[in-house]
Amino acid sequence: MDPIDLKARPLVDPQRGLVSREIFVDAQLYAAEQERIFATQWLFVGHVSQVRRPGDFVVSRMGEEPVLLVRDVDGALHVFLNSCRHRGMQVCRYDQGNATEFACPYHGWTFDTKGRLAAVPALREGYFSELELARWGLVEARVAELKGSIWACWDAATPGLDEWLGDARVWIEEFFGVPDAGAGELELIAGVQKWTLPCNWKFGAENFSGDNYHNVSHASVDQLALSPSGKAGRHQYDAIPQKPALQNIAYATTGHSGRGALYPPGFDFLSAYAAVPQLHAYYQRAYAAREAQLGEQARFVPHGGTIFPNMSFSNGRTSIALWHPAGPESCEVWRYYFVPQHAPAAVKDHLRRYVIRYQGPSGLTEEDDMENWNLAHRASRGTIARRHPYHLAMGLGHEMAAGREPWIARGGTVMEGVSEQNQRGYYRRWAELMGAL
Amino acid sequence: MSGVDNAAVARLLRVREAEEFLYREAGLLDRREFTAWLDLLADDVRYFMPLRRNVPSLAPGEEWTREGQDIAWFDEGKDVLAMRVTQLHTGVHWAEEPPSRTCHLVSNVLLVDDHGPEWEVHSHFVFYRSRMERETDLLAGRREDRLRVTQNGLRLAHRRILIDHNVLPIKNLTNFF
Repeated sequence: MDPIDLKARPLVDPQRGLVSREIFVDAQLYAAEQERIFATQWLFVGHVSQVRRPGDFVVSRMGEEPVLLVRDVDGALHVFLNSCRHRGMQVCRYDQGNATEFACPYHGWTFDTKGRLAAVPALREGYFSELELARWGLVEARVAELKGSIWACWDAATPGLDEWLGDARVWIEEFFGVPDAGAGELELIAGVQKWTLPCNWKFGAENFSGDNYHNVSHASVDQLALSPSGKAGRHQYDAIPQKPALQNIAYATTGHSGRGALYPPGFDFLSAYAAVPQLHAYYQRAYAAREAQLGEQARFVPHGGTIFPNMSFSNGRTSIALWHPAGPESCEVWRYYFVPQHAPAAVKDHLRRYVIRYQGPSGLTEEDDMENWNLAHRASRGTIARRHPYHLAMGLGHEMAAGREPWIARGGTVMEGVSEQNQRGYYRRWAELMGAL
Repeated sequence: MSGVDNAAVARLLRVREAEEFLYREAGLLDRREFTAWLDLLADDVRYFMPLRRNVPSLAPGEEWTREGQDIAWFDEGKDVLAMRVTQLHTGVHWAEEPPSRTCHLVSNVLLVDDHGPEWEVHSHFVFYRSRMERETDLLAGRREDRLRVTQNGLRLAHRRILIDHNVLPIKNLTNFF
């Protein structure tokens, strides 16, 4: 059976805001996703601060497949499938390090940092010197770098990263800019959190794309003073007395999206960091620099978003989540956390502690997300459940080509407050790539 | 009676005291008496569970992320631990609503150093969690604790929780270790 039989089962209906549960639980659709989405789209694979020196490498992942991010001896970046061309063994089994070569532990085929097959045992007596080494290098993906973020793509026909990101590129540039609009860049805090989440990979990606509606998920943590504001609430900005207009910005052709908050002029940005003097002082300078650079547009504070298909970013707690597919019923989440490279040590430390207590499987906030996505998945598997699509129609038909400020849409369409516009854009793009529109 | 080695007996008693502290703690956690568990922690306690990397056996220097510097599963003090307990008592902490059933099995207890005001105590653990109808989770590892001797008995001053996992096999860490 063709997994995309639209007569038998409409999968995504953007006009009505409906999404079939099949796309989260069906094994054939999952297999088709690997082919049509993960083998064709740009995927985030790491950050330059992980591979600074020639020979530095770090393991990463593209879809289900293990890859190696390597800076070669001449300084160029590569992304290789971590699998020997001879018989498939992983050529590298360490999470990170510095190497001049990758020697397969099975039969000893050895590859250099440019992925070239450099040495083969028994080349003369076994292969009669007939093996064409140049044809059997590691399988390599295209690589692109944007403001320190590193992306890779298997498909030569996919447009370059800039064109592929389209208007959503501004979100990535902004994310990887330092908050004070000054010199330097973000640096990764050492250690990538990796954990197993028993639900389909799209739950997390969808949530981060634009779900301002799920506060009830966090009813417990919102009673606590989790943030550096010292006031109750999980976000530091919950303490800002002037209430913002939340902005959801969707890029329907690419499936990317962003979220943010538009504050009234003169809003008290610094109340977000009131309880930690070092953070307060740092963000005082940072906000002044930001205002000098952005002028009126500094009133827009980005919160995060999702770059289709599986990279989500959070600006306030500077982090990236990758929702790696690991079977239709399982997701392996990788979480990267960043601090401004040139911030004072005390600032970096407070930001580090805030992200650890907020995010990931031990974070007081995201613990509850994991539970909800897990059980939403589980309760969607049955024959009867699959007959009933998910409802993502909030705000349908009220999308605006322009926001309340002419500059707010940033090339996308905008909806204020709570809305499922961004998720609809995400699933529309999913359906387009799957041939299911 | 002659022949009793008083120093050895005193040491045995300290071993028993350390063991009982760890077992009492495990019991409080498994009975969800979290406030009483918090009382066993020193006010300046540090609670740390690093990430674990796959590293070369001959150069294992970066196997663990570093306390106070890197990303960890936990790297916090009593303020955050107390927030976790408050969260567990809200009734709307969905990851523990209805509550998980846990079993902390603590073994291999070694009193490594009992010379100063804080004893160094090592132990191994298996953490079993049952949730909802039939979710089951298992974590294993060891702990390196510093237990402070106080007038009210031992108090946990520092805990380093070393789990045997690279990719965490469970969805969340809503429990204490």
